[in-house]
Amino acid sequence: MNVKLKRKIENTIFLSLSFLSASFGLIFLFWILGDLFINGFKYINIDLFIKDPVPPGMEGGGLKQAFIGHIIITVIGTVIGTPIGILAGIYFAEYGRNSKIAKIGRNIVDIMVSNPSIVIGAVVYALLVKPVGHFMGFAGGVALALLMIPVIVITTDEMMKLIPKETREAAYALGAQPWQVNFQVVLKAAKVGVLTGVILGVARISGETAPLLFTSFNNSFTNLDPTKPMASLTVTVFQYAMGPYDDWHRQAWAASFILTFAVLIASITARYIIQRKKH
Amino acid sequence: MKTVNKALRKAKLLETVFKSILGLAAIFVGFILPVSIFISLYKESSLAIEHFGILNFITSTDWDPVAQKFGGLVPLVGTLISTFLATLIAAPLSIGIAIFLVELSPNRLKPIFSTAIELLAGIPSIIYGMWGLFVLAPLFGEKVEPWLQDEFQNVPLIGKLFEGSPTGIDVLTTSLVLSIMIIPFMSSVVKDAFNMVPPIMKESAYALGATKWEVIKQVMIPITASSIAGGLILSVGRALGETMAVTFVAGNVNQIPKSLLDPFTTITVALANQFTEADTAIYLSSLYFLALILFIMSFFVLYLSKIMLLRLEKKWKV
Repeated sequence: MNVKLKRKIENTIFLSLSFLSASFGLIFLFWILGDLFINGFKYINIDLFIKDPVPPGMEGGGLKQAFIGHIIITVIGTVIGTPIGILAGIYFAEYGRNSKIAKIGRNIVDIMVSNPSIVIGAVVYALLVKPVGHFMGFAGGVALALLMIPVIVITTDEMMKLIPKETREAAYALGAQPWQVNFQVVLKAAKVGVLTGVILGVARISGETAPLLFTSFNNSFTNLDPTKPMASLTVTVFQYAMGPYDDWHRQAWAASFILTFAVLIASITARYIIQRKKH
Repeated sequence: MKTVNKALRKAKLLETVFKSILGLAAIFVGFILPVSIFISLYKESSLAIEHFGILNFITSTDWDPVAQKFGGLVPLVGTLISTFLATLIAAPLSIGIAIFLVELSPNRLKPIFSTAIELLAGIPSIIYGMWGLFVLAPLFGEKVEPWLQDEFQNVPLIGKLFEGSPTGIDVLTTSLVLSIMIIPFMSSVVKDAFNMVPPIMKESAYALGATKWEVIKQVMIPITASSIAGGLILSVGRALGETMAVTFVAGNVNQIPKSLLDPFTTITVALANQFTEADTAIYLSSLYFLALILFIMSFFVLYLSKIMLLRLEKKWKV
């Protein structure tokens, strides 16, 4: 009887520990999101979006330059990263299935997803910023593109592999060439999934800070020219949160609130679509 | 006949063109990109490598921009310490979370809980850093760390870990923030592995009268061991390269921490804080050397995790 009791107690203890660790995760999630909401929401006002910053230490002003810069840099990254990512993804899914070398390449892409983003920033600095001689928004876009490509490759590859073999065979039976099968049949069928990968990639890069520190740098004025230094929300939040002024901290909270919820909504939507496709 | 041949040749030509374009993109992502990252980091750091020597750089604690003397030991050790502690906190919690998601949570709530844990991974790392600085650091500096000091100060050995003045900007806070960041990565890997365990194996154990915990401990965990190890190593790889979450709360002090309450620095913190300030070639080159070390370390760690994860996939993909 004693053994039975011991086993029961052990069972209860470990299952409770599992419950507690789940609560630990949820507590931090709601703690962080709650603080963002409480501290960020109340400082959101129209000035934040339509005004450039005032000189440090003065009250007021906004982060117009950071919002605009962030969108421009993210768009540059997406425009460069999406086609390369989708094309490489199609290759791995359709041509690279039986090739050993392609499989190694595909595994390297899996590794590149978790590659430290600050390293990418340093590399782009060496390849683009140093030769040109000054920071620029375009270099930030390139750094983000390099971070986004592996994400898109992986999702494209997975989503195209989900399309049943029979679909391809039917197309081949009609006399289609491989490229026609890939682009006009398989890619079309996997369209939603592939687009979801792009959203996932955009969500990933729009929260990045480290690669922008050495590439697009920062700017206190609205700048639409990608060959000049450009502000971004994340780098501005970094500068403002580390800075000494209360007004900076308030604006950092407000910007973080907007950024986080935009990123989370995008990534939840993408994950939901992918989950539904997989089942 | 002639027109058919012509059409066929055109189709074949088009096929070659499309295949080469796709192949080029794949080669770029799979080979050219990682290789050129390595080469450009190596090229930029060659000045420091020549000047200080590889072994000398890794074992030297110097970091003096005025005297132009640089060594990487301090940030390297800082990276290893914070990564080790964060993984130590995150590992049991992630396995616990995975068990909860797979075995304990009611079926209808599973997607909600899974999404909630995944949300933790979606929060940008700078938000973790800022929250750590504004919320967690003051709480730790004023409440938690003084309490820990009172409790453990006189305990031999452990007491040493809590020496120093509690500020909240230190190894302890950094490791905790870092661990919250890596929990979703590890728990999602372990969860997927648990889900791959064939139901029949669990049912056999239940039929023999095993309790839930015994099924988990003696059936599920042994079967998925290589995936759990893979997830663990993956989160180590993530923690090594994490920048913003760490930069806010580490303190950026170039010293090897002697207690959990000391401020310190890591490779990523040194890069983020000093890269744009590096005013001499050798200074910048030394920072690039640190980046190269980080890239090589995380590449091999992630490669190892990939191997571990592939093992389970092979085992069950019959």
